[in-house]
Amino acid sequence: MNPAQLNLWKRQILAIVRIDIARTFLSKRGLWIYLLALSPAVPMIGHSLSRETDQLGNDAQIFAGIFQFYYLRIAIFFGCVGIFINLIRGEMLDKSLHFYLLGPVRREVLIAGKFISGLAAAITIFCGSVLVQWVGMFMHHPTDLLWAYMFNGPGLSHLISYLLAAALACLGYGSVFLWAGVRYKNPLVPATGILLWEAANGVLPAMLKKISVIYWLKSVCPISIPAPKDNGGGVWNLLIFDIDPAPASMAIANLLLLAAFVMIWAGIRARRLEIGYGTE
Amino acid sequence: MRQDIQLENVSKFYGEVLGVNKVHLTIPPGITSLVGPNGSGKTTLMNLLAGLLQPTRGRVIVCGHSPDDPERFFRITGYATQYDGFPRGLTGWEFVHCYLRLFGFSPAETERLAWEAIERVGLKEAAGRRIAGYSKGMRQRIKLAQAMAHRPKVLILDEPLNGLDPLARAETIALFRELGREGSHVLISSHILHEVDLISDQVIMMSQGYVVAEGQIRGVRDEISEQPMQVLIRCDKPEHLASQLFHHEQVVEARVHADRAGLVVRTRSADSFYKLLNQIALNGVTIESVAPADDDAQSIYGYLIGTEESTK
Repeated sequence: MNPAQLNLWKRQILAIVRIDIARTFLSKRGLWIYLLALSPAVPMIGHSLSRETDQLGNDAQIFAGIFQFYYLRIAIFFGCVGIFINLIRGEMLDKSLHFYLLGPVRREVLIAGKFISGLAAAITIFCGSVLVQWVGMFMHHPTDLLWAYMFNGPGLSHLISYLLAAALACLGYGSVFLWAGVRYKNPLVPATGILLWEAANGVLPAMLKKISVIYWLKSVCPISIPAPKDNGGGVWNLLIFDIDPAPASMAIANLLLLAAFVMIWAGIRARRLEIGYGTE
Repeated sequence: MRQDIQLENVSKFYGEVLGVNKVHLTIPPGITSLVGPNGSGKTTLMNLLAGLLQPTRGRVIVCGHSPDDPERFFRITGYATQYDGFPRGLTGWEFVHCYLRLFGFSPAETERLAWEAIERVGLKEAAGRRIAGYSKGMRQRIKLAQAMAHRPKVLILDEPLNGLDPLARAETIALFRELGREGSHVLISSHILHEVDLISDQVIMMSQGYVVAEGQIRGVRDEISEQPMQVLIRCDKPEHLASQLFHHEQVVEARVHADRAGLVVRTRSADSFYKLLNQIALNGVTIESVAPADDDAQSIYGYLIGTEESTK
């Protein structure tokens, strides 16, 4: 592998990213993903405006709850379904995938370019939304208190952890749905299965829990959410607590490994990809 | 490096459904038409040639390169499919320009090549408009521009004249001829047989997944020896000429042309018939012209496959 070859691949990946970003993620078609990403910001801003609580610690707990139960499991999950399944399958439905396949691009490079473009878009949208939510949640507190929370307390590290968790969620779910989009003609069926599997993660045996994305994402989240006082535990506790939580570093490594594995698999699979939108 | 296109015993099955079977071809540079009715396997063969499909058996080599090596293969091939799908939201210019970027040209070179291709298909004025607003003919032309923008040696075009108005058809055919003269392979599929005579240096005739004939049109016609040749003779006394020809055994049929200014003769031996005609011409019949009347693709296809299918 010589530098010229690497340079060509870099330029091709950049070209694919530019094409995809311009025409998929800046189009009306992707509007619902932006709305989904920003949906938690609405109640957070509402909460700030109504000044329901002056306790910064309480707000941090509310943020953690919304982030873990809604943002990771619903918003990012479905956002990634929309983005990553369409990378390949959506182009086939539009009958436009062949324009890529007719370029002098190795299929592995095409998959890498597509995945990177999806990941770039997903991380921009969902991490951007985390920042909006953070501002929305805490903006009603006095500036000096906020400053102290952010730079003398745990605020900044929490925010970075949330951003990291959101980015890893995009990577993990993105990998899973890239796999579904390449493997299945109708990827929504496996996507439904994955949704159920991820939802059931809390009640699965310890070994099976690890075969999921949400298990590893929980390890990166900075705050454990306390069970509501009027709840005796049960299912709620199962969803919140892990008996055998993984260290954050292992979570990051495993999600990166998952992405690498799926990319390699998809690259090999794409070599045999044929176009037959409507063969004679 | 070989300059021809080779298909070596290529077959493609979709499950149990036959796409093409046992295709063995060597295609030289120039304009080659792939002829056959809908469902004959033209698109499958073109998709195999362009690497969008992989053969179930056999192999495809284009100017020495295999589709398995996309970085080299797709620099020398360009393919305008018959699929009418386009990436959403793009203008004609963006469409040509953005896929050219995949070739790794410098930004200036990419821009120059994109404009050159767009101008060549006559869409400079419309290049800034969204493709969604283009007419069918304009969409055909922008696909052609995209396929040829990187100046491929081999241009594969699936039904490229579909949807073009007469002026655009003439311009596009002239463009094909120009590309053919420049030494490119231009491989065109068509189910409109009379177009083929206007365009092609050679033809490949397909039926039900098989290649039934290939070569120059006249050469293919000569090989169909069991089918009497038709000759149109323009002369001043067609009835008189017909009466003289009936006596000769080379003549299978002679009938006066509909415009009554000529005679259509079917003969088993063209050479013998032309000698006979020379003798008759000396006996007081003024012959203006003699021309084969069935060495066009339509007639040949009709002889090979049957009239019904050829006219679908």
